[in-house]
Amino acid sequence: MGWLDRERTIAPPGFNRWLVPPAALAVHLCIGQAYATSVYKTALVKHFGASLTEVGVIFSIAIVMLGLSAAIMGTWVDKNGPRKAMFTSAAFWASGFLIGSLGIFSHQLWLVYLGYGVVGGIGLGIGYISPVSTLIKWFPDRPGLATGMAIMGFGGGALIASPVSTALLKMYDPNSGATGWVASGESVGKLFLTLAVVYLAYMMFGAFTIKVPAEGWKPAGFDPAKVRAAALVTTDNVSAKNAVKTRQFWLVWIALFCNVTAGIGILEQAAPMIQDFFRQPDGTSLASAAVAAGFVGLLSIGNMSGRFAWSATSDVTGRKRIYMVFLGVGALLYTVLALAGSTTTVLYVALAFVIISFYGGGFATAPAYLRDLFGTFQVGAIHGRLLTAWSAAGVAGPLIVNAFLDAQGKPGALNAASYQPALLTMVGLLVIGFVANLLVSPVDARFHEPRPGGVRSEEPALEA
Amino acid sequence: MSTAQSSVTPSTGKLVIAWALVGVPLAYGVYETLTRVAALFG
Repeated sequence: MGWLDRERTIAPPGFNRWLVPPAALAVHLCIGQAYATSVYKTALVKHFGASLTEVGVIFSIAIVMLGLSAAIMGTWVDKNGPRKAMFTSAAFWASGFLIGSLGIFSHQLWLVYLGYGVVGGIGLGIGYISPVSTLIKWFPDRPGLATGMAIMGFGGGALIASPVSTALLKMYDPNSGATGWVASGESVGKLFLTLAVVYLAYMMFGAFTIKVPAEGWKPAGFDPAKVRAAALVTTDNVSAKNAVKTRQFWLVWIALFCNVTAGIGILEQAAPMIQDFFRQPDGTSLASAAVAAGFVGLLSIGNMSGRFAWSATSDVTGRKRIYMVFLGVGALLYTVLALAGSTTTVLYVALAFVIISFYGGGFATAPAYLRDLFGTFQVGAIHGRLLTAWSAAGVAGPLIVNAFLDAQGKPGALNAASYQPALLTMVGLLVIGFVANLLVSPVDARFHEPRPGGVRSEEPALEA
Repeated sequence: MSTAQSSVTPSTGKLVIAWALVGVPLAYGVYETLTRVAALFG
């Protein structure tokens, strides 16, 4: 299909680069639905007669597939361009919903694992990295702002999918409104079909709007000399194959892993956590279910806005410094949360909001950090490989928190003190991430791709 | 080869439509979430 090829997406003279962020957002807003699965989780538990864990596996498979497909397909995405990548992502994401709905209608949970989890997860991975390298090339003057705008969409997607899905479930289920109503499996199946069609259309809009800049293009008034002036920003390029051989890649991997693990610690437990923190000696909590739901919503806003605000700020402060804030200030705030978070709800909510904004900021700033260290040549593929840190954190974060909480007592009987071991472990992780980020230095010249006319004598070995 | 971009205007309509297509749903999502957040301060 030649019309999807990179060569067919080269922008004509006069193309407005501000058309690229909405194209990228169109994809990220759709795949961000992955964070809104809780809307129909209970309905699927009832429909399949399965446990919460068995249904939760659907989401876990999708996140693992996200990391794997981003890592494996990154080079393909860089080579074939954003249009083909977005088109492929849309096909996988929509097919995931279609196969998932088939599984729901036929009462086959394994088909939902295969559909939403495996097939949809591949769509997630390809979609997540598809616009990143293109945005960085269109915005060499503000790469953090550009990637922040797109990756903000991944956080924002859940904000849209959650109320829309709730409204659709009510519309599709004739029993909605009954006391203790749980949506029927059939209504979830219909919801999946609807989402497949809507997301396919939206992602196609992204795919057919995005364009890559012509070779040598630069924005008016952009002075590449300013880029050269920053110590950690290279004008050379490192291939994805060589990037994973460098110490810098793994230091950033550790920093991202620690930041995400710590953030997931709060996100996974958000609703019960605020109720447990303000549990009274008689077992009741000062935080009602409505307050807990409001708190979860506020964290979603913090997650989304942090992605844009911190990533855009990193264009001014530099990537290493902003990661020092995420990890250093994050460790400090986590310590206050663990030791004094139950003092007042205002303090608790404010601390959690800032911590989650750092979590989102870490995701959104990562592509620009990689651009600074490894250049633009295969930044999408390198970013894809870095996202394995997310998959690993997605397993480690909940494991750490749940293991500590299980040892402290049963749900409903926990209080603020029960969370201290888990939260202080997260502080330790953030300190490790802080040190890893501190050790990041410019990549050795032997890993650079040869410049035109230059020759690199041999394949570089793994950096000591 | 270096081709600096000069000012562009013909795509303004396209730009407005593109940003509206993503901005309106996002604004709706933020609004819906904020109404839930209101319970925190109510």
